Amino acid sequence: MKVTVDQDRCVASGQCVVAAMEVFDQRDEDGVVVLLDPEPRAERAEDVRHAAAVCPALAIAIED
Amino acid sequence: MTSTVNPVDEHAARAPEFPMARAAGCPFDPPPTLRDLQREGPLARVRLWDGSTPWLVTRYADQRALLGDPRVSADIHRPGYPRQAPMPPGGTGVSFILKDDPEHARLRRMVTAPFAIKRVEAMRPGVQKIVDDLIDELLAGPNPVDLVEAFALPVPSLVICQLLGVPYADHDFFQDNSKVIINRNVTPEQRSAAHGNLIEYLDGLMGEKIARPVDDLLSGLAERVTAGELSRNEAAQMGVLLLIAGHETTANMIALGTLALFEHPEQLALLRDTDDPRLIASAVEELLRYLHITHSGRRRVAVEDIEIGGEVIRAGEGLILANDIANRDPGMFAEPDRLDLRRDARRHVAFGFGVHQCLGQPLARMELQVVYGTLYRRIPTLRAAVELERIPFKHDGSVYGVYELPVTW
Repeated sequence: MKVTVDQDRCVASGQCVVAAMEVFDQRDEDGVVVLLDPEPRAERAEDVRHAAAVCPALAIAIED
Repeated sequence: MTSTVNPVDEHAARAPEFPMARAAGCPFDPPPTLRDLQREGPLARVRLWDGSTPWLVTRYADQRALLGDPRVSADIHRPGYPRQAPMPPGGTGVSFILKDDPEHARLRRMVTAPFAIKRVEAMRPGVQKIVDDLIDELLAGPNPVDLVEAFALPVPSLVICQLLGVPYADHDFFQDNSKVIINRNVTPEQRSAAHGNLIEYLDGLMGEKIARPVDDLLSGLAERVTAGELSRNEAAQMGVLLLIAGHETTANMIALGTLALFEHPEQLALLRDTDDPRLIASAVEELLRYLHITHSGRRRVAVEDIEIGGEVIRAGEGLILANDIANRDPGMFAEPDRLDLRRDARRHVAFGFGVHQCLGQPLARMELQVVYGTLYRRIPTLRAAVELERIPFKHDGSVYGVYELPVTW
């Protein structure tokens, strides 16, 4: 699984952090997404997919 | 007179009025007409207070798609935007929630940092203390008592005051003016006057923060005003938005959620008997889904033609996305009318969707987790002090809830 994020689209809802905090974080200055792990391990796949599904700005893309 | 029927008049004649009334005795369910329209098809015309007939979008998948669609605008000044009420005379400007990107994003990003997950988590012990102290006071005070006044309103009001840097001593003033602004039945003049009062109040606070910035959200905005990134009026607008949204919505979720749990004792028992943060978080999501207090629909206008299920929404036509019925869409949630705190309800649209999704949702979620995770455990015999029929619901509010909830223990 390969993950990419679009920081311009991000609206800092933080729901990706709630879903998968090992993979996503937020910038201190404005809460915009920071990708910690662009190739998460298989056991995190479900959480990462959930993060992408609940992202209100559709700023998370997943490639299997 | 000619026999030609103007298509707009024809729509108006047949279209049901929006917002719609809930069924008697079903205070937790969306209006039955919304359910019928959802069953019949993805789009329907509805008639608003001004005679306009925007499209109503009822299904979950369509709402998510449209709220994330760049062909849809949230700009209240565009022709065709389905307004909730007449524009107040001599309008005082609008906050970023009624603007499109890039202006919306520029302004919103100025206030996103305090709502980041880690910052909100850092506030949790302080919120727990606020909740514990209020419960201590509740238990030491009169029984029965109105839970709205004694608990549901003070919790989020204290929290948002702390975050923004607004003196809580002024809570009667800002709560009373907020109530007017979000009431559907007040005149435009009354609403405008209440909004003006809050703008003036926030502008005064902004002056203090510009002169003596401290560590709070309004001081952060004050620094941007000083730096020339934001006008003082824009800063006051944002302050008003955050102050109203920060207390009214969460207060309604606390009181209405508690009443819904009284009506579902087996679900209440789950919360009373657990300290599992996952179950408590799950309960918050389910109550958000089930109650959906922002029951006036997300308002938008199409800027290009958009096809949905064989119908075409024309550029310039208004859209109302009724999130409350989307959260009860059987195509998304199995047995949607059942309150089930154990279900995975996390994909609800109670906070909306798209770039305008509620800014404060991480804070609201955390506050509700603390409240639902504490109140019923601390007061296990908590129950309504009057019959359901005697509880006044906010049918006239743009945000739903109860005006009063007498409780005993």
